[in-house]
Amino acid sequence: MDFGQIFNLSLGYLFSPVTLAYALAATGLAVHFGYAGLLNFGMAGFMAIGAYGYAISILSFGLPWWVGIIIGMIGASIFAVILGIPTLRLRADYLAIVTIAAAEIVRLLFTTQLFDEWTNSADGLGGYHADFRSANPFPPGTYGFGPWTYSADQLWVRVFGLLLLGIAVYLVWAIMRSPWGRVLKGIREDEDAVRSLGKNVFAYKMQALIIGGVFGALGGVVFALPSAVVPALYQTSLTFFIWTILLLGGAATVFGPVVGAVIFWFIMAFLDALLPAMASAGILPISSIQAAILRFILVGVALMLIVIFRPQGILGNKRELTFVK
Amino acid sequence: MRWAVVLAGLLMAAAMALLSVPPGAYASAPDVPGGDQESTPYYFAGLVNFDGEPVADVTMTIEGNGFEESTVTNAEGRWRLYVPEKDTYTLTVDEETLPEGVIVDPTLLPEGIQPVAGTTASFEVSFGLTSSRVFNLFLSPGERVTTSFLDQFVERFVNGINFGLLLALAAVGVSLIFGTTGLTNFAHAEMLTFGAIVALIFGVFLHWPMWIVIPVVVAAGAALGWALDAGLWKPLRRKGLGLVQLMIVSIGLSLAARYTFQFFIGGGTYQLPGAGSPKITILGPIRLSVIDMVSMGISIVVLVAVAFWLLRTRVGKATRAISDNPGLAAASGINVDRVIRIVWILAAALAAIAGVLWAYFRPGIKWDMGMQVLLLIFAAVTLGGLGTAFGALVGAIIVGILVEISTLWIPPDLKYIGALAVLIIILLVRPQGILGRKERLG
Repeated sequence: MDFGQIFNLSLGYLFSPVTLAYALAATGLAVHFGYAGLLNFGMAGFMAIGAYGYAISILSFGLPWWVGIIIGMIGASIFAVILGIPTLRLRADYLAIVTIAAAEIVRLLFTTQLFDEWTNSADGLGGYHADFRSANPFPPGTYGFGPWTYSADQLWVRVFGLLLLGIAVYLVWAIMRSPWGRVLKGIREDEDAVRSLGKNVFAYKMQALIIGGVFGALGGVVFALPSAVVPALYQTSLTFFIWTILLLGGAATVFGPVVGAVIFWFIMAFLDALLPAMASAGILPISSIQAAILRFILVGVALMLIVIFRPQGILGNKRELTFVK
Repeated sequence: MRWAVVLAGLLMAAAMALLSVPPGAYASAPDVPGGDQESTPYYFAGLVNFDGEPVADVTMTIEGNGFEESTVTNAEGRWRLYVPEKDTYTLTVDEETLPEGVIVDPTLLPEGIQPVAGTTASFEVSFGLTSSRVFNLFLSPGERVTTSFLDQFVERFVNGINFGLLLALAAVGVSLIFGTTGLTNFAHAEMLTFGAIVALIFGVFLHWPMWIVIPVVVAAGAALGWALDAGLWKPLRRKGLGLVQLMIVSIGLSLAARYTFQFFIGGGTYQLPGAGSPKITILGPIRLSVIDMVSMGISIVVLVAVAFWLLRTRVGKATRAISDNPGLAAASGINVDRVIRIVWILAAALAAIAGVLWAYFRPGIKWDMGMQVLLLIFAAVTLGGLGTAFGALVGAIIVGILVEISTLWIPPDLKYIGALAVLIIILLVRPQGILGRKERLG
């Protein structure tokens, strides 16, 4: 086993587009669940809309890359409104089931042969990179050192993703200490109390659903920027992984989602490299394919343990309980 | 513009390799058979021949397990269709693209292949020992048979009842658990898969006959239900976890269990003995295989037994009392923990049977097969009314029929959308469901 290479691969994930994308989506989920108490299990749907909105705008309509991102954000806002109208007045667990169903509908619509002309059905979309790369401010060359060595294109994706994440985290920090954020936290703690103060609870929840959904769409865009858009990625398990990240870092915290995403992907990449290596070296009595699956079992177990033993997450405050209902 | 994308390592963004295929019109024939598709290890191939001459530009479609792909024969009459797994598919020749007045000659078909009843151009095809299968089709003048709309409707309707009954077995369990504990159990999907895998172990690996395997599955399911409640849910209730926390624990359990199944049986599909057996004409357009009939019989017997249990026995009445008002039930001397234990055992046993029936209906056993119907089960439970066992039964049958019949109008790869849309619409107009009472709404 080559431990140097295993650590190199894992350290690379500390600053990768995948980590940034998950952190962005988890930040959106923090707005939904951590601050507003909304049980959104459709984050994969928001991400798919962001990614497809971006890719289809460029490929089918020839729009510039930044317009594609805006279209992804608009798509996510519309999705949030459609989702919110029937469900935000209902109990929390109804919202959970409806959002997960809506995300599946979105994925099936992107997968079907019916819209093959735009979505390329199950094969997904690729080859939309030229415009984004032409906006690269970094001259060609090699940047960074050690596990963080990038070409100009790779660096540009990461810097852009980091920029979006920075803006999202700043916005969450700023709005959650504003009067608006205090009302939102009030709704999470006791909806009826806030309603009796004359606040329009439905409108606040809807605004939170839209803001978090837009962050989710941006996560989808960053996910799609360096690679491709494949519908099979946007399954319910993607949503569950983002929930794991959020609860790991701390649902009602500003930096929790980022910390959660970094830890999650560092451990996932580490296990992805380590377990198959251990299997092929004969230390684990399993095949290397089984070794690669083992880490997903551990995600499920970790999610259970976090919720049972530390529901406030790493950065969370026990007094600011996120499971009040 | 059409791009084919070949992916190397889905999540490894940095190591992503993109390969674009030159753009081409969708319906034009590829120069190399199968060159218009993403290649996989498994494919069907062959040629289309009429009077010794190859026939070009015939549209061939392969369909099954939610997968669908089509291609066009090239100048030599050759075609190739790649499929994702080694499984049974339906191959359809588009008769509109054949020469006038000509059908696929049913007497010159490859051995063991016959047209799907009611058509002259659809065939059930499967693989042998190898990863490819060749079907050469010979055309001859003949009369085309198409199924009338009403016949198709009746056939799908009966299929839908079969599907709905097996969904009901699982949905009643979800509903009972929700009614007594308030938990929305996402791990129910894996309880279905568990039943199917137990059947796989005993029925396929150990070659036990199915009439012994079914009771074994029920026993294993009951044991699982007991273990889950004793080992996980009861301690968590004692710890005082909130309902949302419990729900997320069930999601974690679902993930862990699903990947554990994949760990042991891999990503492939297994068939139970007798799956895909021939269909027999019962009455008019209604055609069922023996497995279908046994499956429906088992579902009905079990559901009637559960209904009797709920309505007539002491524990059944206690279960309904707890669903209505747990505090009052406990105060009137009902041992709530004991009833919840029984509900878990019952729900898991029902889910295990449903898993076996689902394995026959799909057909095939796969590590994520339960997750494919979980949302349909939730839709059934919500439609009938959360927490009402009889509502779940009604909801499940409606969802089953809806899913099957909707394929008359919408493409098969979208058939689950109808049920999911119903789930959302019912919450909009009648959130308490068909049989639910209004005060259940929070």
